[in-house]
Amino acid sequence: MNEKPEKLINKKGIRLDGRKADELRPVKLEVGILPNADGSAYIEHGKNKILAAAFGPREMHPKHLSRPDRMVLRCRYHMAPFSVGERKSPAPSRREIELSKVIRESLEPSLFLEYYPRTGVDVFIEVLQADGGTRCASITAASLALADAGIPMRDLVVACAAGKVEDKVVLDLFDTEDKVGSADVPVAFMPNLNAVTLLQMDGQLTPDEFEKAVSMAIGGCRKIYELQKEALKTKYMLIEPEEEDEE
Amino acid sequence: MTSSSITRVKLKQIAEKIEKAKRLDGRGLNDYREIKIEQGVIEKAEGSARVLLGKTEVLVGTKVETGAPFPDTPNNGVLTVNAELVPLASPDFEPGPPDENSIELARIVDRGIRESEAIDTEKLCIEPGKRVFVVFVDVYVLNHDGNLIDASALAAVAALMNTKMPNYEVKDDELIIKQGYTPLPIKSHPITVTLGKIKDKLIVDPWLEEEQAIDARLTMAFNNEGNICAIQKGCPGYFTQQQIIEGMKLAQKKAAELRKKLKW
Repeated sequence: MNEKPEKLINKKGIRLDGRKADELRPVKLEVGILPNADGSAYIEHGKNKILAAAFGPREMHPKHLSRPDRMVLRCRYHMAPFSVGERKSPAPSRREIELSKVIRESLEPSLFLEYYPRTGVDVFIEVLQADGGTRCASITAASLALADAGIPMRDLVVACAAGKVEDKVVLDLFDTEDKVGSADVPVAFMPNLNAVTLLQMDGQLTPDEFEKAVSMAIGGCRKIYELQKEALKTKYMLIEPEEEDEE
Repeated sequence: MTSSSITRVKLKQIAEKIEKAKRLDGRGLNDYREIKIEQGVIEKAEGSARVLLGKTEVLVGTKVETGAPFPDTPNNGVLTVNAELVPLASPDFEPGPPDENSIELARIVDRGIRESEAIDTEKLCIEPGKRVFVVFVDVYVLNHDGNLIDASALAAVAALMNTKMPNYEVKDDELIIKQGYTPLPIKSHPITVTLGKIKDKLIVDPWLEEEQAIDARLTMAFNNEGNICAIQKGCPGYFTQQQIIEGMKLAQKKAAELRKKLKW
């Protein structure tokens, strides 16, 4: 960690990176950027740079993991060794294993897994650069990758965190705020179903602050959700209806 | 946790009962099973506790050793939590390296202790930047009958309360362990409460069969002041925003009740 900054929020209520309390970092989304994947997405959320790819529905390997009544979703969240300040060993850490699990559980409720029995779908998430809130950005990208792969879903899953920095509830913490701040509440959400599919917290919050943080995070999710839909449209609107022209 | 040992008929029964605000084992929706805590059960460990939550049994042993601090916290001792889903505890547990379930369990227990600042880690510092006490908390699940999280978290805190660290002195850069012990400095006693959601109803302390019937799980840890210090949602289901707030209030109430009962 770098030198601990004196103040994370100045007198005018502006944060270290110039944002207001309820302001998101700039989010850029792109769909279908990996030619070999069935579906893929790239997200830049502030300085986070994350790739997500979906493969499937395809035969399960190893076979005994397949289920007779549904498709199996597998997720792997992985950070590149160069994605953080000090080199991260490429071997999966306990944190990455936990995050892979919670990310999978956040995406599962969105999918109609029963449509493809005996198959599997793999989601691979590679964090190329991390700057706080990678699990949320990963979920946002992974859900887009699944949509791009054409897996039937109830809704897109979008995620965003809120937290507490210097006694103030703020939206979308970046790295320094996450480390020095007093709490972080990542939330994944399906806006059309009002369904929270991931909720974690560390730090300390009073019940009132927690309530505020959850609704602030959901507010952030709704904004990113619009960008997600836009990103899908951008890819699929560009495809020209060639065959129809020829007929 | 996944298991194949429950029939669809049973799952339906559980859900139907819960819709009528009843449970197969006779409990109310917001009732815990009977809790028994026994401290100091392993003499060779620096601290230990055995918790029975109904038939779920968890043993936690702590060891205190010396080691190097993390470079970014040179004045603080180190806490390490590990969980073992021992194969003798359930037909679903297999020997081998920790799987995602045991890693998640350990990390939830860890988060509750760490974020509530249960241990005064500054008092575990021997020489800043060089030598500190490292507290190992090892969670050993001996019988799996559901809600391992709450049982493990209770046992971990009970074991820490029971933990002693060796007296020492530093002479010419060398650490000399002296006779006797002092208790581990404890600042807070986090209490962890897990809820399950089934048919849009929240239940407290789901046991093994209910765990397989629930859509989603919500775990919250509370510190002495009743503030939230850790949360983990689990299982492939979801909560609405309203259910989360409702769950938070219910969990807070249950944590306060438990705290009163345990006199923590």
